[in-house]
Amino acid sequence: MSNSKIIKNKIFLKSINGSAIFVMILLAGFFITLLVSSFPAIKANGLSFLWGKTWDPVNDNYGMLPFLIGTLITSFLALLISAPFSIAAALFLGEYFPKGIIPNIFRNVIELLAAIPSVVYGFWGLFTVAPLVRALEIKLHVPAAGLGIFSASIVLSIMLIPYSVSLIRQVISMTPIQLKEAAYALGCTRTEVIMKVILPANISGISAGFLLSLGRALGETMAVTVLIGNSPKLPTSIFSPSNTMASLIANEFNEAVGSVYSASLVEIGLLLFVVTTIINLLGRVVIRRYTVKA
Amino acid sequence: MKNTTLKLKHLAVVAVVGLGLVACNSTGGDNAADKQLLGAGSTFGYPIYSKMFSDYSAANAGTQTNYQSIGSGGGIKQLMSKTVDFGASDAFLSDDDMTKAPAPVVQFPTCLGAVVVSYNLPGSPELKLTPDLLAGIFLGTITKWNDDKIKAENAGVDLPATDITVAHRSDGSGTSYIFTDYLSKVNADWKSKVGVGKSPNWPVGLGGKGNEGVAGVIKQTPGAIGYVELTYALQNQMSFASLKNAAGNFVKPSLESTSLCANGDIPADTRISIANSTVDQAYPISSFTWILLYKEQKYDNRSKEKATNLVKELWWMIHDGQKDCNALNYAPLPTKAVAAAEAVLKSVTYDNQPILQ
Amino acid sequence: MTTIEIAGIKRRKFKDTMFKYIVYGLTFTCLAVVLIILFYIFQKGIPCLNWSLFSQMPKPVGESGGGVLNAMVGSLMVVSIAALIAIPLGIAVGIFLAEKRGKPAADRVSIAVDVLQGVPSIVVGMVVYVWVVKPLGIFSALSGSIALAIMMLPPVIKNTEETLVLIPNTLKEAALALGASDLKSTMKILLPTGIGGIFSGCMLGIARVAGEVAPLLFTAFGNPYLSFNILKPVNSLPMVIFNYGSSPYEDWHRIAWGGSVILVGFVIILNVIVKFFESRWKVQF
Repeated sequence: MSNSKIIKNKIFLKSINGSAIFVMILLAGFFITLLVSSFPAIKANGLSFLWGKTWDPVNDNYGMLPFLIGTLITSFLALLISAPFSIAAALFLGEYFPKGIIPNIFRNVIELLAAIPSVVYGFWGLFTVAPLVRALEIKLHVPAAGLGIFSASIVLSIMLIPYSVSLIRQVISMTPIQLKEAAYALGCTRTEVIMKVILPANISGISAGFLLSLGRALGETMAVTVLIGNSPKLPTSIFSPSNTMASLIANEFNEAVGSVYSASLVEIGLLLFVVTTIINLLGRVVIRRYTVKA
Repeated sequence: MKNTTLKLKHLAVVAVVGLGLVACNSTGGDNAADKQLLGAGSTFGYPIYSKMFSDYSAANAGTQTNYQSIGSGGGIKQLMSKTVDFGASDAFLSDDDMTKAPAPVVQFPTCLGAVVVSYNLPGSPELKLTPDLLAGIFLGTITKWNDDKIKAENAGVDLPATDITVAHRSDGSGTSYIFTDYLSKVNADWKSKVGVGKSPNWPVGLGGKGNEGVAGVIKQTPGAIGYVELTYALQNQMSFASLKNAAGNFVKPSLESTSLCANGDIPADTRISIANSTVDQAYPISSFTWILLYKEQKYDNRSKEKATNLVKELWWMIHDGQKDCNALNYAPLPTKAVAAAEAVLKSVTYDNQPILQ
Repeated sequence: MTTIEIAGIKRRKFKDTMFKYIVYGLTFTCLAVVLIILFYIFQKGIPCLNWSLFSQMPKPVGESGGGVLNAMVGSLMVVSIAALIAIPLGIAVGIFLAEKRGKPAADRVSIAVDVLQGVPSIVVGMVVYVWVVKPLGIFSALSGSIALAIMMLPPVIKNTEETLVLIPNTLKEAALALGASDLKSTMKILLPTGIGGIFSGCMLGIARVAGEVAPLLFTAFGNPYLSFNILKPVNSLPMVIFNYGSSPYEDWHRIAWGGSVILVGFVIILNVIVKFFESRWKVQF
């Protein structure tokens, strides 16, 4: 090899390594930036930030509990609504019809849900889901606004389906064939094989699938911002208007004057970052162990 | 396979050249950049500003003023961060805000508008509201449309037995400031429980982003009530209430009833709240809306041309631009206010030299 | 068999059938939801597609008409620059991961990529505001592109890695044995062989960010004029949908529906391209 070729090759290898290091730095940079920028708030608000019930920028009084609760209720409700559908579709595509043209089309159609941008979901939900929820609220004799946690959760649950289905389908389709055959040989029906073999054997993988979906739900911003009703009050029911951590940032970050106000929003961003990171790491560990075992 | 590599190479070359061209475009042509101004803030003034800037751009080739209606709070924040050339707010800067600014800021009014109480009820009846009713609704103590207190003021109106859904702003808003400033002046309960602010801690209701967002929520939600600038209500055929003013008369918001509030004297720094005017037929929730800029325009490598273009355009807004007000139902500035605004603009400097001679 | 046993079998069979129908029913509901949503968006949006939507700029508030030319140009600009940043970088990291697979270094980077994928888009916008907008003192197309590029990286990296791993080592070893450098064997053997998968990754990356609003709120900001300057604010289609969609103006709703159809159509086409490439150019040995 000529000298220039060797140099070129070295540059190539260096840049490959460099870009890999860059990704690590990028991520570390996220954490450090969020931590440093939220420092004024951490200092001013103290730990009571986490359970403070009042978010009052006028009096520089910041407590994030309403948004924490709003985020948790919205995300878990969405997960709860989507779970039966996700498991069913995953069983349909992973167990009942793992191969063939029609299931392939079905799979692609469900994956189309992931192709619709978040803001379009919000816009669509505003015109379809919100009026339906409002009609339901009138029937239930609760304050009927249409916009609120429930509307946001319904739309969010639809957005989660493609992710949970694809994760759970992969997990289910990796069930060792011997296990299933042994169960069938004992005279089990397909339902019994699913309930007593496939689901229990894959419980950790399925949980990881839901965990990763939860991570997405926590950070989802635009659709939720449009539908949740943006209220800084602690929600009193699943029909209350509320705010999630992400939607609060979307609403207020552009205008937060004063160091403590904007730093408090960054602190919420930091928490969101840390929580989603932990969830992703946990989910990854489980899914990893899974694929290695199978 | 060889073909593919070649194509990859070509692609890379095209990409690099493309990026280079774009970069050149951005660094070259200083003149064009000097005529491109960026402002942000008030959604209260968004309709009139978008019209004025569009007209100004049409009359002065090459000038483009990008106005983003992100809310008055956003306008102030972005001015403070020096990411915009000017901010717009319906709440003038308080002394406290002024001290937080990195450099002295001046502000002047551009026009007057009315904050109307708009609602979505079957048959679009014309409602009459008193200050106490309004405070009760927004405090969450009056929750049904057929509440006796509302009925008492609106004899003959068929009020449904539905819940009241309050709509307020979710972002930091000068419109919220005007509205809460008024409520604090007329209702002691409001003053002690909520107070005045751009993003007060709302006791009840749904949040919408910007005047657009609140109007959107009202229009979309039967039984909703909220506060928006008059233009938004008129342009979208939304019904709005007559309010009982300080003189005891029920007044419908309009260009005329808004103008009546502003006939008094204007302080030199133009900071004045005209809410709850005592004039006989004045609409009580009226306000000026302000534009904010740095007094010394030489900062962050700004060119003198850019500063001059900015001040010239702002000067145009308080003079020729005023013709756009009537069509959009904003009240033009009274003479005294124009004079005060002129004085403010004349005080703006570049390198300590006044920009306007 | 006794009658009790037969009854038991019947019950179990009945349960089996019921369960099957429940699974079918829920699956078909999912499919129905997809079709209902897409049908609604297209039904609302297609009548709003007309020449003025593509060729005009936004009108002042309250005036009817106007279009999204500036937003389409802005979106195109922000997304292409993001792609220019993310694709080379992402492919390089993908090569690294494939080469060092199983080693601790690769494990660490791979974890970082997974975490990066999970970072909420609004947080990305916030961080890029602190990194780029604040120091430069300007909202700009470039800052928006950087935010989107960060979001594009994970799919590009992962698809590159997964594709390259499928290519047998023998192929690369053959090239090395012939005296080719790492550079040459990667550029002439690995990348061309895996082009289908890598291309899919890039398309998926673009599809992921094309509809994003959250990272652009604090970076690209918006602009009612046509702007080609990467150091100035620009508008984007998703931002138009967000701003116009929640407004009371029916004319703006029409524009937002039109914009939604353009956006959803674009992303679906990208997905179809990906499927096509995955089936045609799949790495198979």
